[in-house]
This record gives sequence, structure tokens and C-alpha cells, in this order.
Amino acid sequence: MNLTLKVWRQKDASSAGKMVTYPAQNISPDMSFLEMIDVVNEGLVKKGEEPIAFDHDCREGICGMCSMFINGRPHGPKQGITTCQLHMRSFKDGDTISIEPWRAKAFPVVKDLVVDRSAFDRIIQAGGYVSVNTGVTIDANAIPIAKDIADEAFDAATCIGCGACVAACKNASAMLFLSAKVSQLALLPQGQVERDKRVERMIDQMEDEGFGSCTNTGACSAECPKEIGQHHIARLNREFITAKISSSNK
Amino acid sequence: MSWFVKTIWSTSVGRKLVMALTGLFLCTFLAVHLAGNLQLLKQDEGYAFNKYAVFMTSNPLIKTTSYLLYASIIGHAVWGIVLTIKNKKARPQGYAYQNESVSSVWASRNMGILGTILLVFIVAHMGDFWREYHEYGTSTPMETKTYIDEKGETVVYKDLYHEVVETYENIWMVLFYVASMVAVGFHLCHGFKSGFQTLGVNHPKYLPVINSVAFIFWGIIPAGFALIPLYIYFNHI
Ligand code: HEM
Ligand code: SF4
Ligand code: FES
Repeated sequence: MNLTLKVWRQKDASSAGKMVTYPAQNISPDMSFLEMIDVVNEGLVKKGEEPIAFDHDCREGICGMCSMFINGRPHGPKQGITTCQLHMRSFKDGDTISIEPWRAKAFPVVKDLVVDRSAFDRIIQAGGYVSVNTGVTIDANAIPIAKDIADEAFDAATCIGCGACVAACKNASAMLFLSAKVSQLALLPQGQVERDKRVERMIDQMEDEGFGSCTNTGACSAECPKEIGQHHIARLNREFITAKISSSNK
Repeated sequence: MSWFVKTIWSTSVGRKLVMALTGLFLCTFLAVHLAGNLQLLKQDEGYAFNKYAVFMTSNPLIKTTSYLLYASIIGHAVWGIVLTIKNKKARPQGYAYQNESVSSVWASRNMGILGTILLVFIVAHMGDFWREYHEYGTSTPMETKTYIDEKGETVVYKDLYHEVVETYENIWMVLFYVASMVAVGFHLCHGFKSGFQTLGVNHPKYLPVINSVAFIFWGIIPAGFALIPLYIYFNHI
């Protein structure tokens, strides 16, 4: 396949960037999207040009690093997958593909397609944890949890913190990410101790990081590679309301 | 109450709760308002409508509710504008190319614009009928009309009916009104369901009910409002 790429190039956080056009030639349809960029980068290196910087780690859809806004959508045109799981057979020979970094005030561009997503880490540090002394491994069935509750918590726990929800949202809101974390822990007995504090602190932190607020457009769930649903945001809202009404925090 | 003020003032979800509660309250008002406006269709020279207007401006319960309503409109509009501006700031640099329509509907992305159209409409609309009826800053009092009521007694009502009919003999006023109702339809097409989602009401058991009731609010009610000036216009030309 032969393609034309329009890629966001930006030298560093303080420089202005721009879209630059590159040809991508002799691409196999079986390559992943990241492998395709590897090929383009090899060509750039051979010509003595700076390769396109992008984030990646696992290349199997579990680390959440490969943030790319492809043809106007986070993680490209396919539902329920990350950029590293996207194959070139999803495109047609001769296509022009635009590739941009996530755009959000809270995710500043570091270089080219690499953004700083440490705002998510600080949201987790604010409350996305449980404080239990681990000690020895306890029996898996010592705490009974209903199957449907466990499944629901597990669905929420599949969030990989990739930030596609923020990238897709017109308000650059992090509500879907927060809702996945809050939902997961609110559903399980281990999460009860910090339940009220967690949701209050995480929402405060989200505000401080400069994310927008949720307008319930649903774009986040539609673009989430793990298909985290809107009902988790509803649960986050319920958790917030009950915490505000009943928690001891003033 | 400091936690309360902090919640609705400085947390994003708290501000959204204000939007949802005021927005859904305004929805109930729309239903009541339409029930009243339908009196305009009666062929009784405005008796039922003018009587309704007296009820709406004198019943103490309704009067109290109306202050809540004014506060809701102001609160909803101010917070709506504040939220829209804040949300714009959350993405200072936009995308060169973004394909938004695959993941969200148009109305949900344009609540601020739709709301602003509604605000212009509400101000113009209240400046018209509400102000004239209350005779705030008007030079002449509103004309009155004498009717014989159901008991055979003579009653005198301010003739708001006449004002309304006169206004909607003008095609431009009719078009402005109808266009505003289209905006209401789009605003509530997203807003009604969104309000419940904000309040945390989202469950497979009652989502179908919310969706059906939503259609009444974004489809039937705005259409009902829009039909009235059209009816007046075509009956009086
Ligand atoms: C007839 C009058 C109106 C009704 C019935 C109404 C109703 C609603 C409802 C039910 C919502 C959903 C709340 C939520 O998502 O939680 C909403 C949202 C919104 N309304 Fe209104 N509204 C009206 C007038 C206005 C006006 C005058 C403005 C002025 C600017 C406005 C601006 C907005 C905005 C910006 C939102 C989205 C807020 C967000 O989701 O962050 N609305 N409205
Ligand atoms: S909710 Fe979905 S889109 Fe958002 S960070 Fe988690 S996995 Fe990524
Ligand atoms: S590189 Fe790990 S999810 Fe894509």
C-alpha cells in the first residue's frame, strides 16, 4: 500500500508545531499502525531527518500509551481497539491519513505525537486507591461478591488510562476515566473505606488539572478502546451526590 | 452551608447538577405553559386564555413558583454560559481535523449555542407579553375586555389574548417564534435525557421510560407551542 500521512510535528513543549506531509510507501496491509510509522521513521532516519516521536509500550492494547488521533478520531476508525491494535488493512491504498496528538489543556504536547498524561496519575493519587495492608494472600472467596457486581467492577477496571475519552470529548473532560476508577472501587467491599473521600478528591483534582466538565455527549464511550459505558458516569454522579450529602468532609 | 455553596460553585459536577435541576424544572414549566397557551385555540374571544392569565399572576402558589422559575432561568443561563466558556478553555488548541459526528449527536455538542438562542427568545418574549401584562415600563395600561362568566356574572380581564393575536398576525414574529421552538426541540433532544444522566438516573429498568418522556419534551411540546402562532396567523390573514 502507498499512503500519504499528514503528521503533527512539534519540536518541544514550547515550540509551535505544524502538520507535515510524508509519503508512506510499500506498506503491508498486515502491519499495525505503529509498525507503519516505524517504517516511515526508518526512512526519515536514513535521510538524516528527525523521526516522528510517539508513545507506545506493550503494543497489545493493555498499557494505554499509544495515543494517536487518527483521521479525526482517537485510536483511529475502528471500535474498541487501541492504535497499536489497528491494522493497515483498515485503510485503502492511496488514502491520506491525518495523525495528531491528544488535544487538551491538561495533556500538554511534549514532542510531536507525545503528550504528558501525568494529570491522570495525579487524579489516581488523589483517591483512586484502596488502603489495605496486603499481608499474606487471602483466599479468593473469603469475601463473597455477587457475580454481576464483580463483572460490573471488572468492566470498569478494564480502563487502561489511555486518555482517548479526553481526546474525543469536545470539553476535554476526564469524566469517563474518573467514572471507571470510581465505579470499580465503589462496587467492591475493599473500596468502601475511602468511598466518599475518593470521589470528592478525584473530582477536585480533575478540576485543578484543567479538564472540562461533562456534557453527556457520549463521545468518550463511543471512542473508548475498552468501551466503558455512560452508566459509569451516572454512577460517578450518584457517588458524588451521596458523598456531598453524607460525608464528614466539610 | 459552605460545603453546599462550594459544591455548586466550584466543582464541575456540582455546577452540572445546578444545570440539570434548573433545566428539568424549566421542562415542567414548559408543560404548564403549553397547557395555558392551548386556551388560545378556543373560539371564545379569549375568555379562557385571559382567565388563565389572571390565575397565573394571582394564585399565591403559582406566584411563589414563578420566582423560583425566574431564578432557574437566570441560574441555568449563567451557569450554562460559564460552563461553555470553561469547557472551551479545556482545549486551547483544537484539532486540525476532527470527525465528531461519528461519536456524538449535533445537539449534544451545541447546547451553548442552542441555549443562547433560547435566552434571546426568552428575553424578547418576556419583554413582549410578560412586561406588558405586568405593565412594567409601559406608557398605557393594557386594554381590558368584559366577559360573562359561567355563573352569568360580568368579569373584566386584561386582554392579553388580543395582544397575542395582534403579535402573531406579523409573519416575522411567527417565524422567530417557530425557529425558537425548533431550538427548544434540539436543546431538549439532548438536554432532557442528559439531565437525568447528570442526576445519576441511568438504569436499564427506567431508561426506556425516560426516553419516551423525552420525546414528549423535545418533540410534542415544542411542536404544540409552534402550532399556535401558525394557527393564529393563518386564521387572521
Ligand atoms: C426553556 C428553557 C430551557 C430548558 C427547558 C432547558 C433545559 C435544559 C436541560 C434539561 C439541560 C440538561 C442538563 C444536564 O445536562 O444536566 C440543559 C442543558 C443546558 N442548557 Fe438549557 N434549558 C433552557 C434554556 C437555556 C438557556 C436560556 C440557556 C442559556 C445559555 C441554556 C443553556 C444550556 C447549556 C449550555 C446546557 C448544557 C450544560 C452542560 O451540559 O454542561 N439553556 N438545558
Ligand atoms: S475510559 Fe476508556 S478512553 Fe478513557 S482512559 Fe479509560 S480506556 Fe481510555
Ligand atoms: S502500545 Fe500499549 S496499548 Fe497500545
